[in-house]
Amino acid sequence: MKLDNIYKEEKKSSFAKLSEIIITMASRPSGLIGLSILVFHIILAFISPYIAPHDFKAIDPTLMLQAPSAEYWFGTDDLGRDVFTRTILGGRTALTITFFGSLIALLWGGLLGIFCGLVGGKIDDVVMRIVDAFLSIPWILAMLLIVSLLGTSTEVLIPALGFFYGKGIVRVARAATHDVIAKDFIVSARARGHSDFSIIWNEIIPNVRDAILVEGAMRWSWMLLGFSSLSFLGFGVSPPTPDWGLMISNARGLMSFAYWAVIAPIVGLSSLIIGINLTADAFAKALGIDRSTKAPV
Amino acid sequence: MTDIIQKVKNLSIGFRSKKGEEILILKNINTNIKKGETVGIVGESGSGKSTLALAMMGYVKHGLYTIGGECQFNSSNLLKMKSKDLEKIRGRKIAMIPQNAGQALTPNLKIGYQIDEALQLHSDFDEKEREKKISELLNKVRLPSPETIALRYPHELSGGQQQRVAVAMALAGTPDLLLLDEPTTGLDVTTQAHVLELLNFIAKDTGTSMVYVSHDLGAIAQVSDRIIVMYSGEIVLEGPSRDILKSPIHPYTHGLLKSIPKLSLAGLPESMPGSQPQPGTIQSGCSFFDRCNFSDENCKNNSPKLEFLKDLNTSVRCFNYEKLVNASQASQTFNKIKNKSLDKEILNLSEVSISYAKQKLLDQIFNRISDDNPTVKDININIKKGETIALVGESGSGKSTILKSIAGLLRTKDGLIRFDENRNLSSDLKERDPNDLRIIQLIFQNPDESLNPNHTVEEIIAQPLKLYFGLKGEELKKNIIDLLQKVRLGEFYTSRYPRQLSGGEKQRVAVARAFAAKPDIILCDEVTSALDVSVQAAVLNLLQQLKEDFGTTYIFVSHDLAVVRAISDRVAVLYQGRLCEVGPSNDVYKFPSHPYTEVLLGAVLEPDPDIKPKLVAEDIVEERPPEKGCSFQGRCSRILGDICKKEIPPWQLTDSGNAIRCHIPIKELQKEQF
Repeated sequence: MKLDNIYKEEKKSSFAKLSEIIITMASRPSGLIGLSILVFHIILAFISPYIAPHDFKAIDPTLMLQAPSAEYWFGTDDLGRDVFTRTILGGRTALTITFFGSLIALLWGGLLGIFCGLVGGKIDDVVMRIVDAFLSIPWILAMLLIVSLLGTSTEVLIPALGFFYGKGIVRVARAATHDVIAKDFIVSARARGHSDFSIIWNEIIPNVRDAILVEGAMRWSWMLLGFSSLSFLGFGVSPPTPDWGLMISNARGLMSFAYWAVIAPIVGLSSLIIGINLTADAFAKALGIDRSTKAPV
Repeated sequence: MTDIIQKVKNLSIGFRSKKGEEILILKNINTNIKKGETVGIVGESGSGKSTLALAMMGYVKHGLYTIGGECQFNSSNLLKMKSKDLEKIRGRKIAMIPQNAGQALTPNLKIGYQIDEALQLHSDFDEKEREKKISELLNKVRLPSPETIALRYPHELSGGQQQRVAVAMALAGTPDLLLLDEPTTGLDVTTQAHVLELLNFIAKDTGTSMVYVSHDLGAIAQVSDRIIVMYSGEIVLEGPSRDILKSPIHPYTHGLLKSIPKLSLAGLPESMPGSQPQPGTIQSGCSFFDRCNFSDENCKNNSPKLEFLKDLNTSVRCFNYEKLVNASQASQTFNKIKNKSLDKEILNLSEVSISYAKQKLLDQIFNRISDDNPTVKDININIKKGETIALVGESGSGKSTILKSIAGLLRTKDGLIRFDENRNLSSDLKERDPNDLRIIQLIFQNPDESLNPNHTVEEIIAQPLKLYFGLKGEELKKNIIDLLQKVRLGEFYTSRYPRQLSGGEKQRVAVARAFAAKPDIILCDEVTSALDVSVQAAVLNLLQQLKEDFGTTYIFVSHDLAVVRAISDRVAVLYQGRLCEVGPSNDVYKFPSHPYTEVLLGAVLEPDPDIKPKLVAEDIVEERPPEKGCSFQGRCSRILGDICKKEIPPWQLTDSGNAIRCHIPIKELQKEQF
């Protein structure tokens, strides 16, 4: 029998698959830009403590609100701290907290969604109504309540953010599961007598994984914005730790004459969010989720 | 010649692969459509037949592009036309009737409005005239009471009626050319026969040329004057329909006709080896080379040209067609099936009723089902070990529902399912023990859906082996390869994903998975209806072979009566979830006695222009079984009167062992055959 060349494709290791996905992502301009921004921010987060030119918490009243100069590239803030140093350090906390936050959101939201989609019936009804009820509570109010009761430590912020951003994932995971669940291979697994756990693990997760991952990546950028809002309101990172949300909040009042103190953190925050969004988009396209055309490519 | 209305010249359409190679879907197609003729384009999936039909109205699917050639309509090339100009032609001059009218009609607009829309676009009538025209069109497609139909929404019509509306819409612009893309494929046998008859009538009445695209030679045989056979993007045979069906001179058509099961002959048809090559894979030689029985060295190295034979008025793409010219009629040899069905009972359904009705809260709490008129009622079947029993009927007859209940996927309302004479099987999956689950396995209609796209073939077949026998490591691997060989697939398939397999190969994997459990009973739910004809025969032969090897019992559900005839020992005919007739297939097919069986068998389309379907009953679709009396009373042409409407008919036994459920006395039933 003739083995055809273009349809031949052997099982690949997961590493090979991942690198193929990344190459596909980078092959589109938007994906390449998004990936570069994201990678840049991640590298920056790792190396910034070593390359920071000044001490981020050194207060010097004599240097208050200096315009950008050769010594202070982005100028100084109202306490005389170097804005450049604080900007490159300002993404670290936000990135860490939201990364782990979205992992938690992904896990509980994804698993609960899959579970509800699979069992259906009354359990599904009850759980989904609870999730709907939570969706109707303004998250920022609820977060403020949690933070004021339990404090703003990382151990509180990560699970709290993870919880609030996971609700939306429940819906996505449930819908994705519903798409798969009616397919005959699930019926077939059921008829063979596989346990619910085995059906979830072997049959459903491989088919909904991509959709949930993309949703999780999107949530990550929203969570970043949410976390920065918390900081902006003074409920995120506590001073003197540098954080973009906090920096924007502090420098906001002085914007009319010391614009440099507010522009740098804004650029930092927006570029990271744009980077994550573009990456998530390219990721979805590389996985073939957002397919506008059905033609063979 | 002035009577040519569409001229396809050197047409090639293709796409560019990821690696930048140009891959051809259509290769250098040349053909003409004459005024007033009906041309059937036939081919398997992927042969390019739909692409050709779409190109004839100047449309190329997204992702594909025209590589060369033209489609001339009224001496202008449609493929180079601006969309503004195309708009004037589409609908007015060339109209299309889609495969699935249910999806082609806008669900939130009334039928009358949708036809009116077509009329506004494609005609110059004023409002009054349009109104008249709408009922005229609906009358023409023979829809009952056009005034009420016009006020209905698409979902309120049956599939056949929707298809008729689609025909009416296409006729609104009085087109010169009608393109029909598999217009009857999703319909029931009886409906299909009626729609084809309508199309024939319209072709004669309006003088419209038609291009009828289908994989079904039976349907093509009924409508077309000329047939184009496509294979792998090329025309391989083109000629008058009768000649092509009666004495095909291309090996592919020859094999194709041989692989179609016939109503008149029991036993399995010969299968064609292999499957159609994927686009872009043929390097040199004839594309049909490796499946051909008549091929030689020349075919391997040189691709044949389409040659016009004047005396036969036929074009053929084959070096060795002469061998077939003399071979005369495609003599069909059927492998007679020999089944060693024992007298031992393996599965018994007694008084089984199944209901889909939504249950009231109180019933839900007490976990009971109450429904006076359940979807499936009073099913009594006794299945013997080693036999193949087929459940047949139109859609909605409850045949798949019964299968689901046997598999434990759907709770029954009443009745018992007894296995092996003494073990009662619960209809609830959760209450069956692993062994009860193992003995019954399912094979589904669509292998695309029944195989997890993220698992390799190895992982798919390993599942039952791990679950039921706890196999691991080397032993597991050995068993998988063993099973793959049994279904005629090699070891190298283990690491492939379902998307890398052809339809037939996928279905073989599904068969292997079912047999991996070493089941006693296999439930086959329309297992061949998603497959191409040439592949269908091969899968049927495989199933038969495996059955002879393992002594498995098949419960076979199909709407295709010829397939059922080929493989089954016994047939149970269902209408609206009630049994009409049960008996040995030979008798049921030779002397259809129940009025419904007569209707059903009469409507079957055969790839033979001499056998015309007999349209007995109307193709009305009933939503629900009647509350009282015989289930077939609404459509029966031999209805006796009140007794049929009030009393459930009794079972009557014929001498040959058929059980028939009808009020008409047996003698009477057997007499009135056509």
